[in-house]
Amino acid sequence: MRIRLFMFLFLGSFIVLSCGSGGEDKLSGRIKIDGSSTVYPLSEAVAEEFRAVAPNVRVTVGLSGTGGGFKKFIRGETAINDASRQISASEIKTAKENDIEYLELRVAFDGIAVVANPKNDWVDHVTVAELKKMWRTEAQQEVNKWSEVRSSWPDRPLNLYGPGVASGTYDYFTEVIVGESGASRGDFTASEDDNVLVQGIANDVNGLGFFGLAYFEENKEKLRLIPVDDGKGEPVKPTTETVASNKYKPLSRPLYIYVRKNAAQKKHIQKFINFYLENAGKLAKDVGYVAMPDSLYKVEQQKFESFTSSTSEKRTGTQNSDS
Amino acid sequence: MSKGRYNRIKDKVFQVFGISATFFGLILLAIFIAIILYMGLNRLSWDFLTALPSRFADQSGIYTAWIGTFWILILTTLISFPLGVGAGIYLEEYTEESGWATFLEINISNLAGVPSVIYGLLGLEVFVRIMQFGSSVLAGSLTLSLLILPIIIVSTREAISAVPSSQKDASMALGATKWQTIWNQTLPAAMGGILTGTILAISRAVGETAPLIVIGALAYVPFVPQSPMDQFTVLPIQIFNWVSRPQHEFVINAAAAIIVLLILTFSINGIAIYLRNRWQKKLG
Repeated sequence: MRIRLFMFLFLGSFIVLSCGSGGEDKLSGRIKIDGSSTVYPLSEAVAEEFRAVAPNVRVTVGLSGTGGGFKKFIRGETAINDASRQISASEIKTAKENDIEYLELRVAFDGIAVVANPKNDWVDHVTVAELKKMWRTEAQQEVNKWSEVRSSWPDRPLNLYGPGVASGTYDYFTEVIVGESGASRGDFTASEDDNVLVQGIANDVNGLGFFGLAYFEENKEKLRLIPVDDGKGEPVKPTTETVASNKYKPLSRPLYIYVRKNAAQKKHIQKFINFYLENAGKLAKDVGYVAMPDSLYKVEQQKFESFTSSTSEKRTGTQNSDS
Repeated sequence: MSKGRYNRIKDKVFQVFGISATFFGLILLAIFIAIILYMGLNRLSWDFLTALPSRFADQSGIYTAWIGTFWILILTTLISFPLGVGAGIYLEEYTEESGWATFLEINISNLAGVPSVIYGLLGLEVFVRIMQFGSSVLAGSLTLSLLILPIIIVSTREAISAVPSSQKDASMALGATKWQTIWNQTLPAAMGGILTGTILAISRAVGETAPLIVIGALAYVPFVPQSPMDQFTVLPIQIFNWVSRPQHEFVINAAAAIIVLLILTFSINGIAIYLRNRWQKKLG
């Protein structure tokens, strides 16, 4: 048993070592990425492709969530943080205290789909005001039936489904719909796993919920997508086009990566970020997200360019690892 | 109705209840295994075991994950076994009935009930940050060792207390020291129970996800660890990641990975049963 294991380990290390001779690039080093599980598939795809370009650079990607990732990022423990929301005020404060400088880059768009059960024949669209009416904190006492949201809707119980409070999707939804990030009623069915929400709504005629558009796309036949009207009287369905053009407002959101400054001074990380921005559009489609327009990727590339060329005189004592 | 008849009916009712209680768990397990096999069996292949994670479900594999799990398995065993058995021997053989012993006992049983995420937070602070091990295999193994130590300690104590005191007394009467008695008599006699407890504890550690995610074990690791200080991923994290992906093909991958994990835990349990039987025969 044990001999076998060592053989495997030995063979394993051999395979890894032998990969090194393939690439023309002599870059090496480590890149440690952590953060949002929403952005994870994209970063994983980029890391996967990057192996072909720079086989000696060891890229690892974690999924401890946007908030959990930022906790490590602002201590200088990771080079890049995946984020499905922007860095928060308290996180910025800690980063300052720890002398961590960083740059925010947008890498793709994601739509948040509002969905109901396919047997639900009364909802043709929903307005942002109505979503707020359902989801705000006070709604827990006041709104428990469909008819209490819009009087033409039937007198049926309203069962809400949404991602868990630790997710960036929840933060974003509450911010743009309720008006305050993290504030909502507490009596909805919450799950960190969006597939659970899909199952829940697919089996509940009175259900309504929200989650990433990719989860709707993969479960089209079980769910009904609801167009959202942001007050202009023009309900919009989330599609690749409406999300990319931000016509699907306000539930189109950018996905971000945050790069730490002294990590960004390193050659292999620069190469990786440039590779990320060059390929994110193509790879976003593979993993179910929406590519940004090329012009936006150019903007982000320039941002990164000037970020790395402006040398920081500040000495940072709290962190020195490149991983 | 006579009293005797009434009691016989009660007897029957309890028997039926007992049988259904037994089968409830078994049937659920059977259904679970059947579903997993149905979903994942076709996906299992040599490629699946030797490929790196990928954004394409059909090219994705669990190579780094199962090797990471093996690393964790071995290191956790090496760390937790001596510590747990040592503590068990101390508590059973060296402490007198005293307030101090009761205090230790209560705390160890309490530790066994602490949720595993809490161990993750402890590991993050102590092993990853203070001791500077980083999110390495070593930090992960130490964290999981803490998690299963109480189980090993308790089973060691139980195994030792099951050794007949006549056997120990005989050894002492022949002039053996306490340590000679423990080493030559008590431990060999108790080893079957100790090993069983340890192995079952380790098979629990192998299935843990939460504490490892907290200490920063990663999901995408395209290389296998070459030293205990390397970063790693494990099967449960890979499964967790795949199950929450929108594409159905990833869920099938997860099912296949669960089969591998099940084979792993079942074989560990099998080893436990084998060792127990072997030791029992030796003594008999």
